Amino acid sequence: MEDISLHILDITQNSIRAGATKVRIEIDEKARENTFVFIIRDDGSGMTAETLSRVHDPFFTTRATRRVGLGIPLLEQTAEQAGGGLTVTSAPGEGTTVEARYRLDSIDRPPLGDVAATIWTLIVTNPRVDFEYRHERDGALFELSTVELKDKLRRRTLATPQIAKALRKYVADNEERVAAAGGA
Amino acid sequence: MKLEDLRKMVEKMPAEELAEGAARYTVVVGMGTCGIAAGAREVLAALIDELDERGITDVIVTQTGCRGLCEREPLVYVTSPAKEEVIYADMTPARAREVVASHIGRDEPLEAYVLAAGS
Repeated sequence: MEDISLHILDITQNSIRAGATKVRIEIDEKARENTFVFIIRDDGSGMTAETLSRVHDPFFTTRATRRVGLGIPLLEQTAEQAGGGLTVTSAPGEGTTVEARYRLDSIDRPPLGDVAATIWTLIVTNPRVDFEYRHERDGALFELSTVELKDKLRRRTLATPQIAKALRKYVADNEERVAAAGGA
Repeated sequence: MKLEDLRKMVEKMPAEELAEGAARYTVVVGMGTCGIAAGAREVLAALIDELDERGITDVIVTQTGCRGLCEREPLVYVTSPAKEEVIYADMTPARAREVVASHIGRDEPLEAYVLAAGS
């Protein structure tokens, strides 16, 4: 994975496959504390303690099509190289939370990348999942909720090519604002 | 861009999501770890962009996980209402646009990029 936004897309796919109906993604960048954190929380099926103990193992997967499960191990590796780490908490029926931490100024921290494209892709390709997104960077804030968007836009879906494109501009504009306003 | 600006943009747009079964084609992008690492996110964006530019509204675009052909990702699966599926391999944003033009626009599968076809 070239950047953190691709990790976020990848890890959130686990939530979708776990049957999540609600997914919350938070990114918090704090220059003063030199921290970069993202958290993905879902209400999917969750994992047993036994499965949870094996998610860091690249040769463990629940999938039948391929025998290697790389998403979590790759993420853990990049976080640890950048002076941070990864925490996965989960219980059956209670969903899963993935928290990745990096030292903000570590040269081994991948760039955030095009997080607007990640958020937009998730919303548009998963019309039945409610997404909440929050990105804070040194006080600049962008928050989005698909439930609120559908209500304000008076639409039952955001997944038509036309609405998708308008939404893409909206997310990209606000991400640019957050990136520019940050003091880091 | 404020939420109010987005509301104004969306206000004028055609109404609703296609009902199940009403789509002329369903286009699915492989978005497992393998697909994402190979560039599936940009392929998906190009597909939606090309559909929008051509004013095509009777196509559903969605995603799937890894189906085991990791080395040929990004994969794009185009399925007709008759459930005939064509799999395109090694997609790039530019190739994805060509697939839309040919397969969706003219109902002609683009043989050059086809990995497999069947039902």
